[in-house]
Amino acid sequence: MTEVTLSKVVKKYGALQAVHGIDLDIKDGEFVVLVGPSGCGKSTTLRMIAGLEDISGGEVAIGGRVVNDLPPRERNISMVFQNYALYPHMTVRENLGFSLKIAKRPEQEIVKAVDEAAGILGLDELMDRKPAALSGGQRQRVAMGRAIVRHPDVFLFDEPLSNLDAKLRTQMRVEIKKLHQKVESTIIYVTHDQVEAMTLADRIVLMRDGHIVQVGTPLELFNKPVDTFVATFIGSPPMNLVDGVVQGDSIVLNGSVSVPLPVSAGKLTNGQAVKFGFRADNLMPIGHAVEEEGAAHEVDLSVTLTEPLGTETLLYTNMAGVEVQAKMFNPRPVAPGEQLHFRLTLDKCHVFDAKSGQAVRG
Amino acid sequence: MTRRRLPEWFVLLLPAIIVIAAVVLIPLLFSLYSSFTPYKLTRPSTLWKWVGTYNYEKILSDAKFWAAFGRTVLFLTIVLNLELLFGLGIALMMNKVTWGQRTLRTILMFPMMFSPILVGFQFKFIFNDNIGLVNNVLQSMGFNVALPWLVDAKLAMFSIMFAEIWMSTSVFAILILAGLFAMPRDPLEAAKVDGCTPWQSFRHITLPFLMPFIYIAMTIRSLDVARAYDIVQIMTGGGPARRTELLWTLMSRTGYVDARMGLANAMGYVSILLSILFTIYFFRKLSAARAELGMAG
Ligand SMILES: Nc1ncnc2c1ncn2[C@@H]1O[C@H](COP(=O)(O)OP(=O)(O)OP(=O)(O)O)[C@@H](O)[C@H]1O
Ligand SMILES: [Mg+2]
Repeated sequence: MTEVTLSKVVKKYGALQAVHGIDLDIKDGEFVVLVGPSGCGKSTTLRMIAGLEDISGGEVAIGGRVVNDLPPRERNISMVFQNYALYPHMTVRENLGFSLKIAKRPEQEIVKAVDEAAGILGLDELMDRKPAALSGGQRQRVAMGRAIVRHPDVFLFDEPLSNLDAKLRTQMRVEIKKLHQKVESTIIYVTHDQVEAMTLADRIVLMRDGHIVQVGTPLELFNKPVDTFVATFIGSPPMNLVDGVVQGDSIVLNGSVSVPLPVSAGKLTNGQAVKFGFRADNLMPIGHAVEEEGAAHEVDLSVTLTEPLGTETLLYTNMAGVEVQAKMFNPRPVAPGEQLHFRLTLDKCHVFDAKSGQAVRG
Repeated sequence: MTRRRLPEWFVLLLPAIIVIAAVVLIPLLFSLYSSFTPYKLTRPSTLWKWVGTYNYEKILSDAKFWAAFGRTVLFLTIVLNLELLFGLGIALMMNKVTWGQRTLRTILMFPMMFSPILVGFQFKFIFNDNIGLVNNVLQSMGFNVALPWLVDAKLAMFSIMFAEIWMSTSVFAILILAGLFAMPRDPLEAAKVDGCTPWQSFRHITLPFLMPFIYIAMTIRSLDVARAYDIVQIMTGGGPARRTELLWTLMSRTGYVDARMGLANAMGYVSILLSILFTIYFFRKLSAARAELGMAG
């Protein structure tokens, strides 16, 4: 049983505080992704769990055991580093077997474990090469192989795919997900790419400036963002946000367009300044939308720019003076300047308080 | 008019060829030739008398030469290895220093700034048995001794080695420190996670990475120490009674004091062989270590 628990974990670099007392419970066998913009403290958090960084305050426990003062080698973790950190003077085989050799396991067992890992990751052909003679993707696989030979309690990944090209990244993403299904260990995975986070995670931990903003399943974060930061970080393209003021049962956007209040919106006061949020998927031209039922608001908008993506086309339009993105399914060619009749699915719209950015939900 | 013209590449290389010939090739050939003659500086006509391998035979059967030869090998081995150990130790410690490291690095270079002659004189004074610093310190600490630092065979060798090591350990320290600076941090962290103790990390990760740097330092120093004539000459002059005779002092005495230049040149060629062997050895090691790190090519 290897759950990982962080309680009030703080990291200070001199006067600078990089992590501000975060709490997190990770269950046994869970795939948790730490995601957030650059410099938000993801790596620092991961490295504290690994034992590569001192913990300035709070407690980290792995499998119920507080590990604050234990060196990495006593935590039974494996880590995959962003730039792979392979041992340059060792062959792939030696790289894979190094941790077992250090642990003084019998030769036979090492050979078996190494061959098994090589099989899983398709490294058999490369076993006698040095890292310098490998491509980026191959190095990446060796780094993963090195992590799995030990059967650790917890895997830690720090942006393992960020040095790969887009195609390889997608491929390795699938590999990692398969790997998790096979080994069933706890995985903590750091990335700044929200697509990786959405596709891989059982649960996403979204961080910002050393704080945890929201923890939840990918769909929870996507459908119920707690604030405008989460709303714009998760999902591609980012959620459209338009300033507005509450007036009775509707919101007046930028003093011009009026839309009805979504049913999901919580308690709002008359005259409250808000941000009205909706995703491109919820603003579609009639006749080209996916869902045609539920409460909706219809509006005419003129298209300024189109981005055809194949099954759908991204439309850039202008709503109450703000550029917003809409989507068109079963697309047909649209000329810039053309006016279309759009349907805004109100059920899926969000209202955020303008000042705090917090979602207002019923 | 048919004038044969020299090929262009040859014309272009000619200045370099002339300079190299004048500065290196001619002296080299001349000394090689003279090692087959009984050439005495005081009697130039002896230069034209060919004696074949007489000088070489004489050297190879000369106990004094072999004593100096053995002493030189011992000297090189001890000095190079101790310099390596101390240099490695200093570099590892300096790498940990976070405050004032620049200053320390500069101080580390000081011994390299002095002329070996000055270093020789300085240590000759320090190890002097009457007025020397070491004996004075020993006496003021209550030991009523006057150790013959530069007279006793073993102590004198020790003193010379001490001076040589003092002067040149920083070559190792600086090159190894450069290696440590160039060392990527990630593999060390990976090793920590893979279960290494600090010693195991050093043994399996740091040291293999430093090996090329160590062999570069070794190669440089083995060339260098093979010319370490000055310190020995100043401190003991090979004496007393040949107790600290190394090849270099033996050669210069034979050539300039006894004026037997032919013989001295023959010794020179034998010992050049020695230093070439040392150098090749370390160069091989260097290439191997580089290949090990995948830096070959
Ligand atoms: N050794 C250090 N000394 C001082 N400050 C540091 C150190 N390491 C990190 N920081 C600071 O801590 C903060 C968090 O850094 P961290 O590396 O955890 O970010 P990150 O979320 O991993 O970002 P990225 O996505 O760019 O990797 C940053 O503001 C960074 O400048
Ligand atoms: Mg990072």
